[in-house]
Amino acid sequence: MTKSIKNPTRRQLFGLAASAGVAAALGAHASASTPVPTKARIVIIGAGAGGTALANRLVRRLEGAEITLLDPRVQHLYQPGLTLVAAGLKPADYVLSQTGDWLPDGVTLIPEKAAAIDPEAKTVATESGQSLAYDFLVVAPGLVLDHDAIEGFSLDMVGQNGIGALYAGPEYAARTWQAASKFTEEGGVGLFTRPETEMKCAGAPLKHTFLIDDIAKRAGNGGKIDVQYAAPQTSLFGVPIVAEKVRMLFGDRGITSHMQHQLQGIDADRRRARFSTPDGSVELDYDYIHVIPPQRAPEVVRQSGLSWADKWTDQGWVECDMASLRHLRYPEIWALGDVAGVPKGKTAASVKWQVPVVEDGLVAAITGTDPTQTYNGYTSCPMITQIGRAMLVEFDYNDNLVPSFPGIIAPLEELWISWLMKEVALKATYNAMLRGRA
Amino acid sequence: MKDLTVGTLIAVFEEIFGRGLFWAMVGLAAVVTLGYVYVLIRDRKISWHKFLLAQLSMPVGAVLAVWFVLVMTHSELANIGGPVDLIVLLGVAAGGAVGAAILVYTMQSLLWPPAAERS
Ligand SMILES: Cc1cc2nc3c(=O)[nH]c(=O)nc-3n(C[C@H](O)[C@H](O)[C@H](O)COP(=O)(O)OP(=O)(O)OC[C@H]3O[C@@H](n4cnc5c(N)ncnc54)[C@H](O)[C@@H]3O)c2cc1C
Repeated sequence: MTKSIKNPTRRQLFGLAASAGVAAALGAHASASTPVPTKARIVIIGAGAGGTALANRLVRRLEGAEITLLDPRVQHLYQPGLTLVAAGLKPADYVLSQTGDWLPDGVTLIPEKAAAIDPEAKTVATESGQSLAYDFLVVAPGLVLDHDAIEGFSLDMVGQNGIGALYAGPEYAARTWQAASKFTEEGGVGLFTRPETEMKCAGAPLKHTFLIDDIAKRAGNGGKIDVQYAAPQTSLFGVPIVAEKVRMLFGDRGITSHMQHQLQGIDADRRRARFSTPDGSVELDYDYIHVIPPQRAPEVVRQSGLSWADKWTDQGWVECDMASLRHLRYPEIWALGDVAGVPKGKTAASVKWQVPVVEDGLVAAITGTDPTQTYNGYTSCPMITQIGRAMLVEFDYNDNLVPSFPGIIAPLEELWISWLMKEVALKATYNAMLRGRA
Repeated sequence: MKDLTVGTLIAVFEEIFGRGLFWAMVGLAAVVTLGYVYVLIRDRKISWHKFLLAQLSMPVGAVLAVWFVLVMTHSELANIGGPVDLIVLLGVAAGGAVGAAILVYTMQSLLWPPAAERS
């Protein structure tokens, strides 16, 4: 990514001021490329952020293509909103909508799981045993949360006895807030964790930590809380310069960190959590614990032999070229979104960057031309550091910061405008992306 | 499509406010602006009396706009963290002020045309 590539997410806020001029300029935006005629059968597994956005764009780019999406989930989850739900800032239904409402006419949604993929025969089998032949396949089923990997923990515990797990969905995020808000009132030790595996929105565990700490302090209970952050990694964030900044913020806020601590299990009755560390097993007490489980590719991906054989072997991400997202062994398959086996970018922001690349690759494959677009690992995270302020961290495969507004919005500064982006602009931009319009 | 286009911008605004409300607001802004232009052309001069009242409404518009944005975004003035924040906040205030002034001036002119004012 070069700095010249701009991100509408960041920029649209400036448009608030310019909204009066928008209508006049309406005529300026027609993207008039003639649709490519084709009879290609395209199957997309997963109608989440990636699958939906891609389907909306493909129907406009192609004419006559047979596009089939597979997804058993009736409800669409706007996952970035879960952080706000788990801090009591939004109700659970803020993140909910209907999968079908986002899909364009002219595609077929089969409300079933893909149960098996045969990349040699080029077919996908659904749970009910239907077999779908494809010419091109896009694998976009997101990832699965392996809650069972945490011994002594189960999802029905969330919300009671100081247990939170906001990744598990809107209902659980709301219950997480129940447990967390009790902690912000009563105090004690708050223990915030993250998994050892790759994960979506790596900033989310930090956001939850900062928000709960802030809420307790605002309520005048700063003296009663002891906030601790435990992570299996050796640093607080994957990008060194951001890790340093977070370390300083932790210092400011009085948050202690336990690095190289991987959550193994909890003893809910005794309110103790067990971690593995390089020095053996360690136990820490908590009054509130936030659990984020290990994350892996859905079973169907590994079983179909699409995963990397020598990388992330415990997680099973799809083997693909990191620039084109095309499968390295099966050129008619692309990976999109969280499931992609690339070194960065399990965020909706990455999806927004990846979708045009997959679209371009697919259309080029259909027309027999060379693709022109590549993905550079762009990902972004509005890292909330308190209610009302965030840092807009954007980076690429090389851990370079790639700010959309160099010189205007400093990526490592806690700013109100960055908070506004998360609060107001992110969902709108996400929805526009789902419709294939951003 | 990673670059910002007017289409993207419109799409994002439609998502923020809902398609109906967004275009209603655009329509309203257009109507008020047209009304303003209309009374200026009709009266062929600015009424300084009305302009004074319009100016008085500016601080109210500014405060209302800032208040609205802060409430809608769970934030407070203390969250202003850097120059760009201040610029955005001032922009919101200025927008509210100018909007209020135009609205008040136009309303007065429509309700009390110059003839009525003199009598
Ligand atoms: C707490 C949290 C906070 C986040 N914050 C941010 C943020 O601030 N900014 C940001 O950019 N991103 C954020 N994200 C990440 C973002 O939401 C995801 O990266 C994005 O949704 C990934 O899109 P996807 O299409 O790969 O997967 P998803 O959107 O998860 O969709 C996958 C779809 O595939 C379906 N599926 C699964 N298995 C199958 C199968 N076998 N067959 C058919 N369908 C299947 C599922 O039902 C689902 O609908 C956050 C995520 C979480 C959890």
